Amino acid sequence: MTLARRIIPCLDVDAGRVVKGIEFEGLRDMGDPADLAARYNREGADELVMLDISATFEGRATFLETIRRVAEQLNIPLTAGGGIRTMEDGRAVLRAGADKVTVNTAVVKRPVLLSELAQQFGAQAVVLSIDVKRKGNSWEPYTRGGRDATGMDAAEWAAKAVSLGAGEILLTSIDRDGTCSGFDCELTAKIAATVPVPVIASGGANTFGDFLAVFTDGKADAALAASIFHMETQSIAALKRFLAERGVPVRLSR
Amino acid sequence: MRIAIVDYGAGNLPSVERALQKLGAETERAIAPEQLAAAKAIVLPGVGHFAAFVDGLRERNLTSSLRAAFDSGKPMLGICLGLQAMFASSEEAPGDPGLAFFPEKVCALPTNVKSPHIGWNQVRRVRESKLLGGIPEDAYFYFAHSYAAPASAEFSVAACDHGFPFAAVIERQNLAAVQFHPEKSGETGAQVLRNFVESVG
Repeated sequence: MTLARRIIPCLDVDAGRVVKGIEFEGLRDMGDPADLAARYNREGADELVMLDISATFEGRATFLETIRRVAEQLNIPLTAGGGIRTMEDGRAVLRAGADKVTVNTAVVKRPVLLSELAQQFGAQAVVLSIDVKRKGNSWEPYTRGGRDATGMDAAEWAAKAVSLGAGEILLTSIDRDGTCSGFDCELTAKIAATVPVPVIASGGANTFGDFLAVFTDGKADAALAASIFHMETQSIAALKRFLAERGVPVRLSR
Repeated sequence: MRIAIVDYGAGNLPSVERALQKLGAETERAIAPEQLAAAKAIVLPGVGHFAAFVDGLRERNLTSSLRAAFDSGKPMLGICLGLQAMFASSEEAPGDPGLAFFPEKVCALPTNVKSPHIGWNQVRRVRESKLLGGIPEDAYFYFAHSYAAPASAEFSVAACDHGFPFAAVIERQNLAAVQFHPEKSGETGAQVLRNFVESVG
């Protein structure tokens, strides 16, 4: 009897479409969120994360509707967020069909929002998203999609956030994101050793070996990736078989 | 056949509702005692805080209706916090009594493991289980909780381990309860719900 390590595809959503940021090119359309969600649900994903990355008001307005459409397709957990500012934003996301809500910029500004959300919905529904850049031997959280430095230390922030009510940490290495150079295992191991809640590693996934490394060296509880799954570079089922053969406990679909 | 899903004002109600409807069950969101009395079966879903849950039930005058449903033999299914609410009390809210269908106390997960216990885990059957009928021994279920009832609970039929052995499935006459989320546990979870729906007849 073992708690399985989770494989989590991520949908970055802008105005009702899944997109992927490509350097110098802007956003590339990757498909319909509900179609991709149905595919991942079928292929054995353990959970789905959906982030609103739209910069416009119109884009944001469609996000709740997209959550509804995606939730319809799933019988696995759904985490959604991006631009969550208030308790009411969080409630709207959960009522639309998400099981957990991610928060980032708003709780850096007002950490007590974590406690308010946890009291209302339970810590298991509150995921703190931390986007970090390496600074020597430590990591600094950034907000607003990696634009603003916070001056904080990632490990200290994670510990504080958990004491306030965060039930899980979604940890993204900005340095590795989109580079296909593998997860930052040192970062993940450091945060996983610091906080008593699960850590989801994100940023840099490319090969099966990267996932193996982040679960062994990186001590991650879950690993998240986007484009390698969207473009069918890697299949979730094959990835899980690879991990199972190397002793990592995973849930194999039947 | 109508299954009342207790709507206490928060939680995972839409996904439980959708999962039951996909199995062909007719569901109704219940906020009034009359709805529980009229229903053929009752599902008690739940996420969040024990106190908010049992207070929500009391404010809507549902506590005594649920007790009457239990006494009358009406099939009931508790999910996650819905399972915990069926116990006498919880360490999460020491002053708030639960429904007390089961006599034990719900405890916090110990500090030597990650809490909340979030993710897919397996269960160990200790007695024959109607809810787990047709499900392989090594199947995974999705859990998301920080409190749990001890596996030593009298009516526990399957246990899971996370810091201590806890009750994952409980069955007592017309009562069934699961600590995991069947509505989020893929095809395995759908089979659990199907077993419940079929037991309702």
